[in-house]
Amino acid sequence: MERMEPRARSDAYGSRINRSHSPLLANIIPWLSILLGSLVPVFAIAAALPMVPPLGFLTLLAWRLVRPGLLPVWAGFPLGLFDDLFSGQPFGFAILFWSASMLVIEFVELRLPWRAFWQDWFTAGLLVIAYILSGWLLSGATPTLPSLVALVPQLLMSILIFPFIARIVARLDRLRLRRWKRV
Amino acid sequence: MAPSGTRRSSYSRRAQYNLFTGYIIAGIGALIGAVLLGLSFFQPSFFGGPRSAAQDAVSPATETAATVRTGSKSLWDSISGYYRAGSKNAELKREMELARIRLEEAEAVRQENVRLKGLLDLQDQERTPVAVARLVGSTASSTRRFAYLGAGSDDGVEVGMPVRSPRGVVGRILETGSDSSRVLLLTDSESVLPVRRAGDETVAFAEGRGDSLLRIKLINLGINPLKVGDLFVTSGAGGYYPPGIAVAIVTELTDDGGLARIVSDPAATDFVAIEPIFEPDAASGATTPVEEELTD
Repeated sequence: MERMEPRARSDAYGSRINRSHSPLLANIIPWLSILLGSLVPVFAIAAALPMVPPLGFLTLLAWRLVRPGLLPVWAGFPLGLFDDLFSGQPFGFAILFWSASMLVIEFVELRLPWRAFWQDWFTAGLLVIAYILSGWLLSGATPTLPSLVALVPQLLMSILIFPFIARIVARLDRLRLRRWKRV
Repeated sequence: MAPSGTRRSSYSRRAQYNLFTGYIIAGIGALIGAVLLGLSFFQPSFFGGPRSAAQDAVSPATETAATVRTGSKSLWDSISGYYRAGSKNAELKREMELARIRLEEAEAVRQENVRLKGLLDLQDQERTPVAVARLVGSTASSTRRFAYLGAGSDDGVEVGMPVRSPRGVVGRILETGSDSSRVLLLTDSESVLPVRRAGDETVAFAEGRGDSLLRIKLINLGINPLKVGDLFVTSGAGGYYPPGIAVAIVTELTDDGGLARIVSDPAATDFVAIEPIFEPDAASGATTPVEEELTD
């Protein structure tokens, strides 16, 4: 009997024989990665300027834009609640803004169902600019011109880091749907 | 990537209801967020409880990261110390000798100070720090400049206590959890600190600008007496900070004072000390919450 091509029975997520997805991983990875994204900026000590991009928000955008239909529309509420505990903004800011962003993306998607990556990047860039600027306006402190100027590095970094986060999310998505051995 | 077909609800009633409910929940979520945001504007300390509990929950991780951070920093310092070690060593020896002489002089002044205070019947009690802890994290992605500290109410830390490093003032406690607390750093744009110029009685306020500099606002307006390089120390007014701790060095002059750079960069400090409030009676005179009290 001639041998079959060894990869004939596999796809991007691994072999299909006697393997299957893990429902736990498939469900938990998007949420967990966003929670981690909210937590990571706490570890950096930034006394002078806001240096670290809002990683939780960027990860949420990346999951929503790279994998549409995976996160429910209301995901901004619980995830924003967690982010508010650590971000340093007044409580409720992330809940409001993350929910609003999810709704905005939903309506953009109604208009533009087929998009290329650069359009996703553009959407994410606009949203993150709006997020950081409204964070500056609604920070609980008086918004001043010097603190606005101090936002520029963070703004640039947040826009530039989005493709990278989108790639990480794509990798996580492959891990999410990986077929594991089932005995 | 194109959206999957699941958003189109087709004829399935259940799918239609699910979609509709999702929109409703998202809308309600945004509304709740707006209400909470409004609440926390009027009562900044209102959600302090859940926030400190969350900080306490992650404090094992942040503590470990802080230990690694300070460890790797000192490793880097010892490596870079080898660069031009010889000339640096000679220079440091010269400085050291001068510093020893100054130290002896300062000791003589201190003794005289004690004697004169004894004559005046002024009592100076020893000030010991309430706790010594690491700065374990900060709100690095927010416009506000808060830091998290690895000590909380279990260690006796209370709201309002000054936080200082060996170099100078770092900030003051804003919220406490059981073993972590939140510090309002000097660079935050809500932080205001009464200061005076070291060496004379030029009093001023040092306000954070939110961009790593402090704005020195002189109280007596007139000809601006400041020079670039002037050191400002705490004046003790307000009752929170003990007088004479280094705060900032003037780097640029403006019409009503100057811009100054903080002496004690929290990112470069290893351990910080939390000290008791200098004059609790004076400080408790202000019954308003800390954040509001700082603004006026």
